[in-house]
Amino acid sequence: MDLGQINPILLLASLMVAATPILLAAIGEAVVEKSGVLNLGVEGMMITGAVVGFAIGVNTGAPSIGFVAAAFAGAALSMLFGVLVLYLKSNQVATGLGLTLFGLGLSALIGKPFEGIKAPTMAKYEVPLLSDIPALGPILFRHDPMVYVSLIIVALTWYVLARTRAGLILRGVGENHDAAHALGYKVIRVRLMAIAFGGACAGLGGAYISLVRVPQWVEGMTAGAGWIALAIVVFASWRPWRVLLGAYLFGGISVLQLNLQAAGVAIPVEVLAMSPYLITILVLVVISLRGNHGAPGSLGREFHATH
Amino acid sequence: MTGDVLLTGDTRHKNALMTLEGLTKAYPGVVANDQVSFSLLPGEVHALLGENGAGKSTLVKMIYGLVKPDAGQMTLNDAPFSPVNPAAARASGVAMVFQHFSLFEALSVAENIALGMDNPPSTRELASRIREVSQAYGLPLDPDRIVGDLSAGERQRVEIIRCLLQNPKLLIMDEPTSVLTPQEVEILFKTLRKLTSEGTSILYISHKLEEIRSLCEHATILRHGVVVDTCDPREKSARELAELMVGDKLHVPTREAAEPGAVALSLSGVSMPSPSEFGTDLRNVTLEVRKGEVLGIGGVAGNGQDELLAVMSGEARAREGSITLAGDEIGTLPPGARRARGLLTAPEERLGHSAAPEMSLTENALLTGAVREKLVDRGFLRWNKTEKFARRIIEAFDVRTPGPDNAAGSLSGGNLQKFVIGREVLQDPDVLVVNQPTWGVDAAAAAAIRQSLLDLAQKGAAVIVISQDLDELMEISDRFTALNEGRLARPVPTQGLSVEEIGLMMGGAEGDEVAA
Repeated sequence: MDLGQINPILLLASLMVAATPILLAAIGEAVVEKSGVLNLGVEGMMITGAVVGFAIGVNTGAPSIGFVAAAFAGAALSMLFGVLVLYLKSNQVATGLGLTLFGLGLSALIGKPFEGIKAPTMAKYEVPLLSDIPALGPILFRHDPMVYVSLIIVALTWYVLARTRAGLILRGVGENHDAAHALGYKVIRVRLMAIAFGGACAGLGGAYISLVRVPQWVEGMTAGAGWIALAIVVFASWRPWRVLLGAYLFGGISVLQLNLQAAGVAIPVEVLAMSPYLITILVLVVISLRGNHGAPGSLGREFHATH
Repeated sequence: MTGDVLLTGDTRHKNALMTLEGLTKAYPGVVANDQVSFSLLPGEVHALLGENGAGKSTLVKMIYGLVKPDAGQMTLNDAPFSPVNPAAARASGVAMVFQHFSLFEALSVAENIALGMDNPPSTRELASRIREVSQAYGLPLDPDRIVGDLSAGERQRVEIIRCLLQNPKLLIMDEPTSVLTPQEVEILFKTLRKLTSEGTSILYISHKLEEIRSLCEHATILRHGVVVDTCDPREKSARELAELMVGDKLHVPTREAAEPGAVALSLSGVSMPSPSEFGTDLRNVTLEVRKGEVLGIGGVAGNGQDELLAVMSGEARAREGSITLAGDEIGTLPPGARRARGLLTAPEERLGHSAAPEMSLTENALLTGAVREKLVDRGFLRWNKTEKFARRIIEAFDVRTPGPDNAAGSLSGGNLQKFVIGREVLQDPDVLVVNQPTWGVDAAAAAAIRQSLLDLAQKGAAVIVISQDLDELMEISDRFTALNEGRLARPVPTQGLSVEEIGLMMGGAEGDEVAA
């Protein structure tokens, strides 16, 4: 066992990379749930985003175009869910689970010709001046652009939800859809837009795995990241900054436990492998124990316009 | 007489703020409004009266732009008025306070108000305007508080302030006082009178006829979607108004006076934390109800009514020794065992708590009747006997339904309520506890339900009625008490109790002060 071979700076830098897919998917799902819809299809949208992003990225040679395509793919798949749930009033839980299964199958089909190919690399973006700061520079400011994009999405989500009228309407729709309807807000339209945003974010998160993190296409490569994202949303009490905390905590411990495994620590591999899940959930449970941890009032409830 | 009415009708029409001409709206199978016409004067409080299903809600929804009329016209200030959505109605100066509050519990007061406005000012400016307007109308309100933490009266203030900030010309109020204490009603009426003196018209819907008599200057009465009469409610008695609504003589529940018997059910010092997040903990509740007696428990919703019912029904367990039924300890028994011993309950929420909406009436009859009516035989259901029981309920309580195979959810509120109460009454309980027995039930059905409770007491059962309807409690209970924040006031005889005393009990004053 040699803990000395773990480089803390590298560890922290790779933490951000490990956390980004979950962060993207979770922030999107947080918005969807804030609007009162429970979409359990995050995993399916992520893997579809992963394969579409990879395919387009490989074919164009430009990862950025791959990311854009992945966002559209995720949003398109989420619209399938949106139409079923909002217009045809299907059950949200069953439809969401179906979406995950559908996404896994669809991605396997699309991905067959792309197995074993390496993704085009995405250039790191080194923030001028800041990236030269010792220690902090390599940790925070020498990443690929998607890491920064994900942080910007979190900040924007927080700002829109907390400070703008659009965000207030979205929260109102999620809190009490009957009241929102009575006041004349378009519940279904608002939710459809939220679902599309959630799908796009999940697609980006999936593409980040296949284009940056791994970077190649392997069937089923999201490996449950969508489910972790769903759990993080709940334990983060639907708050953007806590979603960030949860995702980074999970990412950090995932990276750390891999390093510990490599260093040959005398803890069973199985325990190390489960530690990110356990610790993330424990920490977020402790946070959400105090104070209001209110789920949106209309979360998962079916909306029938009465007139 | 007829000529006079016509003449006033014409002058009313000429000076009207708003007129409605032949408004008609049909839904599949039912005409909700049929050729409804009337006019509203500026600065007038206009009552809209009618039983449940008479079409009042549909009518105001058309005025507020939530429902599009099939035929007919409206005018506002002599200009045609046909709002396509609530925002358009608000822009024209029509505001509405809803029956079931249209509030967002997890959001703050200011956020709730901003959602009800079309062009809200910045948060800070809005907060100061809320303070300003709420002070001016005597309805103090803190814009930063979360609505989920407010009392029913304060929540209603939020709705009213939301309307007032838009300087409405017409304010529609749908059952605004059903959840308020008498003191809060007084404050509300003061606000409304101030508004009308400033020229705002108010269209007022309520089941509480005494309130209408004291507040409204003009009433339009709807029956089955048709305007059947107009009158000045100040010149009619509450009973006359009720009969105009029903179109028939109103039966007033009565019973012969009787001496109460032995103690049937007693709770001593029951305290229980509420099982639900927004619930109220019960604190040291002590009460006793005797055979042949009706005990009325008043109080504003959310002061522990549901918890009190749960602890009596057995859904929540109490400390051992704190509840006795005819002298036997039952505090730790589950609901089934309590039913077997003769303590029956009918909770408030018709759809989902006292009845399963998707299940048939027969199945619903089985759910609570299984033990006492012996509808289960060695684990097997006796469907024939159950159906007979359901039919008996339907017949005895005049439940209007095609038959016992219909789903409970398909019945109208009043009919289902009659079924739910009838189901318990026919099982011959020793003690019956009902919560909100006539909530949202029209006058005729409510009278029938109250009569059945009185008959039950007459036969020697002890009856506890938990209700927010004070008139109901005054009418049927022998003794009265009130819940306030989970505490129960000391019961006092109903006879001769004044509205002020009741208000004090509901507001949490000590029982001793009330008695003094």
